[in-house]
Amino acid sequence: MMTFILRRAGSLVLLLFAVSFITFTLFQLGPSDPAAAACGQECTPERVSEARVALGMDQPFFLQYFDYVRGLFSSRMIGAPGAQTLCEWPCLGKSFQTNENVADIIARSLPYTFSMAIGALVLWTITGVGLGLMAALRKGSPVDKFIVGAASVGVSLPIPVTGLFLLLLFVNQLHLLPFTTNEINSPFGPQGPGAWVANYLLPWIALAVLFSASYIRVTRTNMIETFGEDFIRTARAKGLAPRTVTFKHGVRAGITPVVTMLGMDIGLLLGGAVLTEQIFSVPGLGFTAVHAAISGDLPVTMAITMLAAFFVIVANVAVDLAYAAIDPRVRLQ
Amino acid sequence: MAATAEARTLLATAWMRIRRSKIALISLCVVVAIMLFAVLAPVLSAMSGNDPFTSNTSPEVLDDFQTPGLPLPGSMYPSAQHWLGVEPGLGRDLFARLAYGGQVSLTIALLSTAVSVVLGTVIGAAAGYFGGKTDAIISRIMDLFLAFPHLLLVLSLTPILQSRLRDTPLGEGSFLPMASLVIILGFFGWAYLARIVRGQVLSLREREFVEAARSFGASHLSVLFKQIIPNVMGVVLVYATMLIPTNISAEAALSFLGVGVKDPTPSWGQMLNAAQSGNWYLSDPWFLAVPGVMLIITVLAFNLLGDAVRDALDPKASRH
Repeated sequence: MMTFILRRAGSLVLLLFAVSFITFTLFQLGPSDPAAAACGQECTPERVSEARVALGMDQPFFLQYFDYVRGLFSSRMIGAPGAQTLCEWPCLGKSFQTNENVADIIARSLPYTFSMAIGALVLWTITGVGLGLMAALRKGSPVDKFIVGAASVGVSLPIPVTGLFLLLLFVNQLHLLPFTTNEINSPFGPQGPGAWVANYLLPWIALAVLFSASYIRVTRTNMIETFGEDFIRTARAKGLAPRTVTFKHGVRAGITPVVTMLGMDIGLLLGGAVLTEQIFSVPGLGFTAVHAAISGDLPVTMAITMLAAFFVIVANVAVDLAYAAIDPRVRLQ
Repeated sequence: MAATAEARTLLATAWMRIRRSKIALISLCVVVAIMLFAVLAPVLSAMSGNDPFTSNTSPEVLDDFQTPGLPLPGSMYPSAQHWLGVEPGLGRDLFARLAYGGQVSLTIALLSTAVSVVLGTVIGAAAGYFGGKTDAIISRIMDLFLAFPHLLLVLSLTPILQSRLRDTPLGEGSFLPMASLVIILGFFGWAYLARIVRGQVLSLREREFVEAARSFGASHLSVLFKQIIPNVMGVVLVYATMLIPTNISAEAALSFLGVGVKDPTPSWGQMLNAAQSGNWYLSDPWFLAVPGVMLIITVLAFNLLGDAVRDALDPKASRH
């Protein structure tokens, strides 16, 4: 177990470096001139070259990358020689727009993204696994057919359409819920958990509709497969109560693919639910990334992309570890 | 010639099985209808005497849109002159925009799928066929591509690519967003398919017919393209059908976010963007419903068709 963790941690670090390098390359070499984006609307060639120096872009590429990585480990000076400012650890550069530390922008956005992710996750896991299990237990019945049909529709509902429709119906027409506000980003804030739930309920539903559909499918398929296996027959044959067979033996073995999906989706969602945050104006990572992308604020988009890839990779490793804990047939080598 | 015969039998098998399922047949018809709707956009909008760009802000056209609240049957916006009504504000014909927008959305989705499929098939087959170091390197690259959050990366790179393409032949007017979306979606969509093709090829390359071709002195490239790839076309077709709705949604998402197709060029995502901007959809839900319902129907039909093609060609992956 220990060696497994160490080895995965080693490849994790390598992968993270590769991710940071590729992101850096894509954003610095691939694109148009970041310096032109940095100096804004009224740009003269002189100002572009000033900006180039200020961004360190007159330096060789590898040196720039090295500088960037160094910022992940310690504070560093940033800007043109003579006009340098301190960029505190962890330094991910400074925003072209506001000159704010990118790390601060990210830290400010994270609570919103966490709030979005956690509720949506709970909601779609319960509905997805619950309905999937229900369909599997009643395979072939009208209930099963209805659930499978609903999942096909759910997976085809684009978030912009569901999101805007929910806002229109529940906020604008029925006045059941408020428009989302920036002031609430944790259940422990002064407004209390009730306001937190009310604030994020619609984005949670919008995400859950889309996500639970694929959880229904995967749960159903795997549970049907598991219920057909020998050890389930044995458990039934020795006279265990159907409930025990279903939940203690069946679900435990059939749930592993769902855990994989869950891990990947958590990783994905922590990087920011781009569309949902945009629709409901929740200023999380995704929302911040959209605005940075549109205004050409490279340091911000780059850092968020890297962070999001980081979440996905870490989630991958977590999934592998969770596997062994849940399914007794899986042993780590 | 062998490849053509192979492809024909493959499609013939798929068709034979799809014909048996009612849902598959219906979704196929809907997909064909949507394609025709988009292809015939100039003809259809000419029939109603409209085009997607002419704005008409005369009060008699826009009056309908000044009633707040949900549209009721009595105050429906469609009319004989404007089959799906007009945009609030600019007063452009919604039917014409929906049809022309379909051309843009579907072109982007189909072309980017084609790019991903070609890349994924060739790269995945090469990894599986050559094995060893080639496989190790390609597999690591695939892992990397799969680790990046797709939408976020595509979102942040699209404006960058657009500014790069602006001075090239691809950068002309309405062509630029289309070209950039095709390139970006195509380039970031191949890894999943490549992984699956690789798995298939790993077992294929041990088969006798591959060995036979090799012993006749066929080159690696010839074996790869004439023996291996035709044999994975089934799986490729399955994932291509499933990639199309993903790319339709991706176009809608990006244009909705304001980095894809932009006004005045219509696309279904751009129309959603127009409905959200300035909160038009709150006073005129119809404006949201037109592109929204179209998008749902299209994605649903392609998804159901994809499921059917998978069940027909890849029985192992079926949903029981």
